[in-house]
Amino acid sequence: MKKKVLLMGNLVLNLWDCGGQEAFMENYFASQRDNIFRNVEVLIYVFDVESRELEKDMHYYQTCLEAILQNSPSAKIFCLIHKMDLVQEDQRDIVFRDREDDLVRLSKPLQCACFKTSIWDETLYKAWSSIMYQLIPNVQELETNLARFAEIINADEVLLFEKATFLVISHNERRKHKDIHRFEKISNIIKQFKLSCSKVAASFQSMEVRNNCFAAFIEVFTSNTYVMVIMSDTSIPSELTLINIRNARKHFEKLEKLDKNRLNAGRQWRV
Amino acid sequence: MESHEGFGVSVGSMPKAAFSYHGEDDDQIATVLSSDVKPRILLMGLRRSGKSSIQKVVFHKMSPNETLFLESTAKIFKDDVSNNSFINFQIWDIPGQVDFLDTNFDLDMIFGGTGALIFVVDAQDEYIDALTCLHQTVSKAYRVNPQIRFEIFIHKVDGLSDDHKIETQRDISQRANEELHEAGLTDLHLSFYLTSIYDHSIFEAFSKVVQKLIPQLSTLENLLSSYVQNSMVEKAFLFDVVSKIYIATDGSAVDMQSYELCCEMIDVMIDMTCIYGDDESECACEQDSTCIIRLNNSSILYLREITRFLVLVCILRDEAFTKRGIIDYNILCLQKAIHSVFDVRTKLNKPNGVLPVEGMNSIGHLANSTNA
Repeated sequence: MKKKVLLMGNLVLNLWDCGGQEAFMENYFASQRDNIFRNVEVLIYVFDVESRELEKDMHYYQTCLEAILQNSPSAKIFCLIHKMDLVQEDQRDIVFRDREDDLVRLSKPLQCACFKTSIWDETLYKAWSSIMYQLIPNVQELETNLARFAEIINADEVLLFEKATFLVISHNERRKHKDIHRFEKISNIIKQFKLSCSKVAASFQSMEVRNNCFAAFIEVFTSNTYVMVIMSDTSIPSELTLINIRNARKHFEKLEKLDKNRLNAGRQWRV
Repeated sequence: MESHEGFGVSVGSMPKAAFSYHGEDDDQIATVLSSDVKPRILLMGLRRSGKSSIQKVVFHKMSPNETLFLESTAKIFKDDVSNNSFINFQIWDIPGQVDFLDTNFDLDMIFGGTGALIFVVDAQDEYIDALTCLHQTVSKAYRVNPQIRFEIFIHKVDGLSDDHKIETQRDISQRANEELHEAGLTDLHLSFYLTSIYDHSIFEAFSKVVQKLIPQLSTLENLLSSYVQNSMVEKAFLFDVVSKIYIATDGSAVDMQSYELCCEMIDVMIDMTCIYGDDESECACEQDSTCIIRLNNSSILYLREITRFLVLVCILRDEAFTKRGIIDYNILCLQKAIHSVFDVRTKLNKPNGVLPVEGMNSIGHLANSTNA
C-alpha cells in the first residue's frame, strides 16, 4: 500500500505500508526488492513490542537492512518499538533499552535510532517530530534564526510547524514553560480545528488568542511552515507583533529558497 | 425521612413533606421553603437511555467516549451547574429504575419547582416501554405543574441514517401525542429533538431547552439583532463558555455548521488559555479574552468575552472587520446592556421580572457603522 505525503514543499514522503503477513513479505523481497530499496533516504521500521515471534521479526528486519546496505547505504534508519502502552509502566524503560541494544547491535554496520512509541500518548508524536527534525536539511540554521527572531520581538516562545502535519519542527523557548507536552497538545488543538473547518469546506489562515496575561499568534510563515508566537507582554498591540512576523517571513522564506537550491532538483525522499 | 427500597436503590434525599424532614441537608429545607428556588431541569427516562452521559458531556466537558465507563445512577443526582456556568439551573439526573408512581415520592416537591422536564428516549432500542413511561411521567408532572415545558430527546441517533431519524421522530411524536389525546390532555405540548452525544446535536437541543427558560431571552435577542445590524456582522451567538450552549442569537436562522464552528472556536480558546494562561485563575474564562480566527473563504470568527460566563461569538466578512474600531465599540455597548439586563434580574429577584428599560436605551448608543 503506497501513499505520498508532501512535506516542507520539496520533501516527498513515499509511505510504503508493507503488510506484515509472511507470504506478502517473502513475495516483496523476492520480486520487488531493488525497486523498493533504491534511493531510500529514510527507513522507519515498526516493531510490535508484544510480538511472540521476536526471531522472525529480527530476521525480516535484517533482510531489510541487507537490501538497504546494497541499494541505499546512506539511508537513515529509525526503529519504533510500538504499542508500548501494553507494557507495564515500570517495565517500559527496561524493555525498551533491551530492544534498543539488540537492534543497535544487529544493525551494524548501519546505524539506527530507536524510539519507544504508543498511539495513546505523546511518544509517537515525539518520535515523528524527531524524525522530521532530522529530515530538514538546514535545521541548525533555522534554529539560530528562530532564536534571533524570538529575541528581537521579545517573545516568550516561538514555534515552527510543518504546514501539512502541524508537527513542531523547531522551537525557541525564552521563558521556561512547565508543560512539556504542550507541543503535542497545540498540534492536536490546531488539527482538530482544521478538521472542523474542512467540514464547512474552509481552512484557517491565522489565529490570535489573547487575554490579559498572554497573546498567542498563529500565522502562515514560509510556503511550508506556520509560526506560533507567544507574548506575555500584553501591552504590545497585536498589530506590532503581526508586522514583525510579516517582516521575518521574508527572511525565512529566503532561507528556505537557499536550501532548495542546494538539493538536487527532483530528488525524492523515499521513506 | 422515609427511604424507598426497590431494585436495590436507595433514594434517601426525597422528603415526603418538608416538615417531617429529619434534616441531613439543611440546604434542602431552605430551598423548598424559600421563594428563591433555582429553576430545575429534570432529566428522566428509562435506565440506560443516556441521561447521565448527556449531563456529563454537556456540563462537565466529558468526552463522549469516556461516558462508556459511567456506572448506572443509583441515587438522584442533583447537579448545581451555576458555579461555572451562566445557566443557573439544577440538573436532576433521576435513575431510570426509579418508579415515580410510588407514593413515597413527593411529586409536588419535585415537579413543583421544575422549569423543564427532559425525557430521554433511546432511539436505538425498542421504545414501546419508553413511550409508556413517558406518558405516565408527563401526565403526572402536568397535573402537579402545568407550567412545565416537556422536551423529548430522541437520543443516540448517531447510529441512524437520516431517513431513519426522521421516521423515528415522526413515529415517536405521533404515538406520544395520540396517547395524550386519548387521555384527554390536549393542552399538553411536547417538543422533540434528535440528539446524540457524539456530535453537536445535544448542545443544540440543550440550547433550545435552556433558552425557553430564560425570561430575558427576547431582550437578549433584540440586543444581538441590533448589534448585528449595526456592525455588519453576519451572525452572533451569546454562548455559555463552559457548556457551549448558546443562550441567545440574533434574528437570522441558525445554521448547524456555523454553530459547530463557533463551538470549536471556543474549544481552541479554552485549550490555548489552559496552556498559556495564568495558573491561578480558572481555566474557563479569563478577563478580556479575545480570539480571532481568519478562514480562507474571507470569513472571520471573532470571540469576545462579555461576562465571566458568557462570550459573544460573531461570524463576519473580511471587509466588515476593517471597521474593527466600530465593532469593538458596539461590543462595549452590548456588554454594558447585557450586564444591566442581568443586574435587574438579581435586583428584582423575580424570574418573570419586568424587562429592563436601561438595557434597551443603550441600543441608542450603538453606532451605525454604515454611516461611519
